[in-house]
Amino acid sequence: MSGSAQNTAVPVGAEAKPASPRSRLGARRPGAFLDLGVQVGVVLALCVAWEAGARLGAINPFLLPPLTDVLARIGEDAMSGAVFVDLGLTLYRALFGFLIAAVIGIPVGILMSRSRIVRWFFDPLLSIGFPMPKVAFLPIFILWFDIYDTSKVIMVAFSCFFPIAAATYAGTTGLDKWPIWSARSFGAKEVEILWEVNLPMALPQILTGLQVALPVGMITTVVTEMLMGGRGIGGSMIMAGRFADSVGVFAGIVEIVALGFLVVKSLELVRARLLAWHPETRR
Amino acid sequence: MSAAGAGPADAALALPRNTLLFKLFDGVLRYSPLLVLVAVWEGLGLSGFVSRQMLPDLGTILSEFWRMLTGGDLLYNTARSLSRSFSGLALAIVVGLAAGLAMATARPARLLINPVVQIFYPMPKSALIPVVMIWLGLGDASKVLLIFLGCLLPVVVGAYNGARGVNPFLVWSARSLGAGRFEVLREVIVPAAMPEILNGCRTALAFSFILMVSSEFLIASDGVGYMISSLGDGGIYPAMFAVIFFVAAIGFAADRVYSVIMRRQLRWREA
Repeated sequence: MSGSAQNTAVPVGAEAKPASPRSRLGARRPGAFLDLGVQVGVVLALCVAWEAGARLGAINPFLLPPLTDVLARIGEDAMSGAVFVDLGLTLYRALFGFLIAAVIGIPVGILMSRSRIVRWFFDPLLSIGFPMPKVAFLPIFILWFDIYDTSKVIMVAFSCFFPIAAATYAGTTGLDKWPIWSARSFGAKEVEILWEVNLPMALPQILTGLQVALPVGMITTVVTEMLMGGRGIGGSMIMAGRFADSVGVFAGIVEIVALGFLVVKSLELVRARLLAWHPETRR
Repeated sequence: MSAAGAGPADAALALPRNTLLFKLFDGVLRYSPLLVLVAVWEGLGLSGFVSRQMLPDLGTILSEFWRMLTGGDLLYNTARSLSRSFSGLALAIVVGLAAGLAMATARPARLLINPVVQIFYPMPKSALIPVVMIWLGLGDASKVLLIFLGCLLPVVVGAYNGARGVNPFLVWSARSLGAGRFEVLREVIVPAAMPEILNGCRTALAFSFILMVSSEFLIASDGVGYMISSLGDGGIYPAMFAVIFFVAAIGFAADRVYSVIMRRQLRWREA
């Protein structure tokens, strides 16, 4: 498990490619624990350097307040419950928007690969919408849906929709014909083929799309909160920033690092779970 | 990420492929759904269901766009924004490539950099906006730093994954033919890793636009993001819509240009 720690480092760029014949970076099994130890050590060393630098005056404590102060602030806010409100709100907005995007985006992607009309309509929209900076549309959503949660969630859904739909479309087109033909020759109905053959074969790509979309959704959530307020981590951080409360800002950073890590790793676990049958998991 | 552009070419037409007529017809047919959206937009506006304030008619938006374009306002702010976004991106590509390749080729570098990448990769980079605001104030430097930090990791990861996946036989052959470490890197590893490197940079390009716009919404006194938010605050909605569509178009165009360059760079692989 720890041997694959480096491989799971980053899901996004990793376009399910066949495992290369023994990576040349050495250290498969025996060195794995050592590697892990060194890496944990690096993180600890960075924390110590942060703390010591700020305490001993090497770094201006306003620019980088000591780690212990930041942690103390988080502890305080955790006692008063503020941390959980912020984390909860940010998580709710990000995940709700993400979910809406998935519920719309995946069927759109599937329909695109099966129906000419849907493809005709959505293909150019995806190819335009995918690369454009969606946050720019935020003021439009504020204008249409006001500044409360509705517009935040819609904004997040809007920015997550494109990667999900594009990945689903790419995943469900150009599938290997043989499994489909054999399923058909065994008498499977079209719906059964969709559920039992097409979707499982497209699942790795769909999941990759979700894994691209989720961080985008988090980025967008934080921006919407910073711009419109309404608590959440982004809201609290920008407030702290405006009041030059650098401890508050860094408390927010530590919280969002933890939240981002948690969310992204959970999705990786979901992927490993859903693709337990897939060669990519057994390696 | 590669799921992006390059939809399937419309093979529906029976015209010969490279005539001008074909290309024109193909383009119109391909982007005709946009006309549907335009019609819906105008129809909703005319029907009176939605106030014109919220859905200004496209003629007004276009004329506002023209006014700002000829007034020089839009071009000035676009230049400001793009200069920030490209300097941050360029820095990120240089540093990220170096870090990613070092990680893939040298174990100490990997052990040092990987934990940092692992921790910060999932962090939504827009959360750094207040941090750069505290560090560098409201000037250009803060936004360049933000874009640099936001674009760095996709490049590092692309370079690392690409270089790590290089077939070791290629490296061994080059070494046995007497190539030095640096030569191997330049002649074997980088070319072989190019697709992933370029993909990483493409992600970074998209991030640079997102971060440029959102940081200008929040901390700036010029640039397109600032233009959008100040027009919105002033209630001049047709102009706001015009700038928003313009920014979206620039982001789209940048990605298109990039993908053309990318395909040229990778042409030798197809053969």
